[in-house]
Amino acid sequence: MTVSFEFAVYHEDYHNAGVASSEIKKYLTQIGLDPQLIRRIVICSYEAEMNVVIHSYGGKMVLLIDDNEIRLEIADKGPGIPNIELAMQEGYSTAPLSARERGFGAGMGLPNMKKNADVFEIASSPQGTVVKLAWVII
Amino acid sequence: MKVRDLLIDDSFRLTVEGNLDAEITGCYCGDLLSWVMSHIKPHQVWCTVLSHVNIVAVASLTQVSSIIICEDAPLEEATLNKAKQESINIIATSLTSAEVARRILNG
Repeated sequence: MTVSFEFAVYHEDYHNAGVASSEIKKYLTQIGLDPQLIRRIVICSYEAEMNVVIHSYGGKMVLLIDDNEIRLEIADKGPGIPNIELAMQEGYSTAPLSARERGFGAGMGLPNMKKNADVFEIASSPQGTVVKLAWVII
Repeated sequence: MKVRDLLIDDSFRLTVEGNLDAEITGCYCGDLLSWVMSHIKPHQVWCTVLSHVNIVAVASLTQVSSIIICEDAPLEEATLNKAKQESINIIATSLTSAEVARRILNG
């Protein structure tokens, strides 16, 4: 059986940023997942959530859980990442000053996701960016 | 050391009370949220000069019981309210991150 949750994420909604990741953490804790795996998943979900808040026109995160795997899919409504190779480099950031003043924009978001997920896929166009992450449940 | 033991030092002012019996296993100093997310260990205390509401989510997601707001950085009301909801201790101090770390690591 697959269980799924969907969360809307809004552009520049710093006040509610992290709420989706907190809900994900609560659920994964309730079902008794390994705390180390939960940590890796929530690092990714928070980075993804903040990327949508900071860089996109808004989007959604979908969490899918079955017996063997957890998947997290983040899709936004654009404007897309012009150069994914650059965006994947640690320290490269296009975050606006308003985000940097809050301690975001270190240029670690996508690299942190890649490091903490078993599967990391990204595709981007001006219509939107889709990040697909997955973890194997051992 | 527990959080309540740290508060014996009157340099630290408890601003929001979460769990004062939480163990402190160490301390992490940082003001870049992605670095904190990926490097802080559960049950360390986090020293920062950031004081906006997003720090509470970072602490909660990384199982950090206490945030120490250093150098008397001004706290936002939204941060205090969120910390109450999430039972995160918020501790204010005029000390720098380095000085807080020295005091914690020296017990």
